[in-house]
Amino acid sequence: MELNRRKFLGLAGAALGAGALSAPNRAQASRSYQPPPDAYGCLVDLSVCVGCRKCEQACNQVNHLPEPAAPFDDLTVLDAKRRPDDKTYTVVNRYYTGIRDERNQLAPTFVKVQCMHCQDPACASACIVGALSKKPNGAVHYDVTKCIGCRYCMVACPFQIPAYEYHDPLTPRVRKCTLCFERISKAGGKPGCAQICPVEAITFGKRSELVKLAKQKIADDPGRYQPQVYGEKEVGGTSWLYISHVPFSKVGFQKLPNQPMPHLTETIQHGIFSYMWAPLSLFALLGGAMAVLGRKRDHKKEEQS
Amino acid sequence: MSAANHAAPLQDRVRFWSPGALVMAAMVLVGFMFVVARYIGGLGAVTHLSQSHPWGLWIGVDVASGVALAAGGFTTAALAHIFGRHAYEPVVRPALLTALLGYVFVSLALLVDIGRSWAIWKPMIFWNPNSVLFEVAMCVMIYTAVLHAEFLPVVAERFSQGFKVSLSKHSWPLVALAESVEGLLAFLSRNLNKVMWVFIIAGVVLSCMHQSGLGSLLLIAPTKMHELWYTPILPLLFLTSAIAVGFPMVVFENTLVSASFDLEDELGVLSRLARITILLLGVYGALKIGDVIARGVWPMIFDGSVQGRSWAVEVLFGVVIPWGMLLFPAVRQRRTPLFIASCLIVGGVIINRMNVFLVAFQPPYPMESYFPSVGEMVITGGFIAALMLAYRFTVYFFPVLSPAAKEARS
Repeated sequence: MELNRRKFLGLAGAALGAGALSAPNRAQASRSYQPPPDAYGCLVDLSVCVGCRKCEQACNQVNHLPEPAAPFDDLTVLDAKRRPDDKTYTVVNRYYTGIRDERNQLAPTFVKVQCMHCQDPACASACIVGALSKKPNGAVHYDVTKCIGCRYCMVACPFQIPAYEYHDPLTPRVRKCTLCFERISKAGGKPGCAQICPVEAITFGKRSELVKLAKQKIADDPGRYQPQVYGEKEVGGTSWLYISHVPFSKVGFQKLPNQPMPHLTETIQHGIFSYMWAPLSLFALLGGAMAVLGRKRDHKKEEQS
Repeated sequence: MSAANHAAPLQDRVRFWSPGALVMAAMVLVGFMFVVARYIGGLGAVTHLSQSHPWGLWIGVDVASGVALAAGGFTTAALAHIFGRHAYEPVVRPALLTALLGYVFVSLALLVDIGRSWAIWKPMIFWNPNSVLFEVAMCVMIYTAVLHAEFLPVVAERFSQGFKVSLSKHSWPLVALAESVEGLLAFLSRNLNKVMWVFIIAGVVLSCMHQSGLGSLLLIAPTKMHELWYTPILPLLFLTSAIAVGFPMVVFENTLVSASFDLEDELGVLSRLARITILLLGVYGALKIGDVIARGVWPMIFDGSVQGRSWAVEVLFGVVIPWGMLLFPAVRQRRTPLFIASCLIVGGVIINRMNVFLVAFQPPYPMESYFPSVGEMVITGGFIAALMLAYRFTVYFFPVLSPAAKEARS
C-alpha cells in the first residue's frame, strides 16, 4: 500500500502537469459548430397573410396528423391564441395591434407559428442522445429511434416548440414541424404550407437568398415594413424568417439575444472536458492528498500505539 | 481504510416491522399503484406536466434534490479516506449507503419520468457530448457503479463467515451457486482494499462533475429562467451547495436512524461535522448572495413576486439561519438544535433545487401554470418511503451502523 501510494504520487504529479498544460488550449477549442451553409428556409410576410388557415390544413394532410376538433375553414378558432402541440405542427394566430384599414376598421395581423429551425438549435445541443440534429438542408430533424423521452429539448427550446405525446404510456414522441424534410429533399419540393399558401405569404428557398429578398423588400418599401428581419440574427439565426408591417413585439414575437442558446453550456462543457483535463487533474490532486495525508495519519497512529 | 469500525447488523437488536416501517410500506404500495397508472395512461394521466412545463416535481425533487442529498456519500469518503480523518469512520458506511440508495432511487425516478422508460440504455450507445444531460447521465451511471463497488466490502464482510442458511438439503446447483458466490466474495474482500483508493477518488471526481453538471442543465435556457437564479456560476452553486449539504444530511440521517433503532448516536462525530459545515455552508452562502449582488439583480428579491419571496425563503431559512445557528457550540453539541439546523440546510437545498427547476422556469407562452399533481406527489412520497425501507433493510442485515461505537470508545 505504501509503495503504491508513492508510485501513485509520481503519476499524479505527471497527470497534473499534463492537465495544466492542456488547460490554456480550451478557450480556442470551446466551440467549432458552423451552421449549414446551404440551409433552406421560409420567409413569411406578415403584411400579406390573410389568416385563411390553409397552411394549417396542408400541414395536417402532408404530415398525416390527426383530424382537429374544429374544421380548418372554421375561423372562430382564431379568437383564442393557440400554440403548436402534439397533434398540430403549425397554428395561425390573430392579433389586433391598433392599425386600421382603409374603411377605418381595426385590421388584424396573422402570425403563423411553427418550429423556427434554428441555425444553431438549443434542442439539438441539449438532446442527451442526439435524436435532434440540424440537417444540411436546414431542417432540425427528430429521430424517434434514438429518443428516450427526457424532454430536455422542450426545456431548452427558446420558442417553446417541441410538444410531447403525454398520453402515450410507452412510445410517446416529440412532435414538431419537420420543415417537410422528405418533401424538400426531392428536387423542386416545398413544404406543404409554402406550397398551398394562396396569397404567397410564405416563400421557400435558400436561407441566404431569403435574407437578401427580405432586406430587398424592406428597402423597396420602407414605409410599409418594420426595419427588421426576425430570425436573421435571433438566437444565431433561424431558417424561418419573418418581415412585418407591425412591430414584432406586438404580435407575439419575443425579443431574443443574438447569441446562440448552446453557447454558454457548450463552452463550459468543452472547457472542462477537452482531453478530460479537469477531471484528471482533480483525480491527481485528490490522489496526491490521499497519499500525503493518509500516510501522515498512518504514521501518527503508529507512534501512538 | 483498514481502520477498524465496529459496524454490525442490527437484526438481533430490533424488530424490522416497526409501526413506522409499516407506514412506509403502505406509502410504497400507494405510490406503486400510481406508477402502474402512469404506465397505463401515460405521463399525462398522473402528472400535471404540459407542453409549456415539461419538467416537474420528479425532476426537481426526486432527481435534482435526490442527487444533492446523496452528496454525503462522497464528502464523508473524502474526509475519512482522502484527507485521512479516520475518526469519522463510523459515519462513512451509513453515508455511503444513503448515497448508494439515493442514486438507485434517482435512477428509478428517472425511469418513470422519461417517456420511453425501456429506452433508458440508449445514451450509452448514442452519445451527444454537447449535451449537459449526457454528461450528467454518464457520471451518474458510472458513479452508481462506483458506489456499488465501495459498498461491496460491507457485503463481503457480512458473508465472510459463509452463508448462514444450510443449503445441504437443497439441490446441488444451489449449493454450487452459493459456493461460487462465497468464493467470489472472499476473493473480493481479500483484494478489494488494494484498489479501493481508485474507486474512492473516482467517486469524488464523478460527484464533482455531475453535481455541477446538474446546475449547468438550465443554462441552455437563459430566456426562460428567472434572473435571480440564472447565473453563469449556477454549476458552481450546485456543487458548493451539494458539498455543504453532505454533512448536515449525515446528521439528519444519523439522528433519525438512532431514534428509530434506539441506538446511541454519534454526537461527537456529528458535532465535528457540523463545525466543518460552517465553512462549507459559508462558502456556498457567500457565493449565492455575492452572485445576486454582483449581477445587480438583488432588488428582485424584494419586488413582491413569487420568485422574489421564494429566493428569500430559500436563502434565509436554508442558509443564513442554520449557518448562524451552527456558529454556537451549544447548537453543535446538542442533539435537537443540531438536528433542526441540519433539517433547515437539507430543506434549503431541496427548496433551491425546486426553485431552479420549477419556480425559476418561466416559459414564454405559458398555456397553463404548473403545480404538481397528487399522482406526482404520491409517487415521490412512495420513492422516499421505498428508499427508507431499503435503508432499514440494509442496516438490519448488513454491518453498516456501529451500534456499540460509544461503548467501545468509553
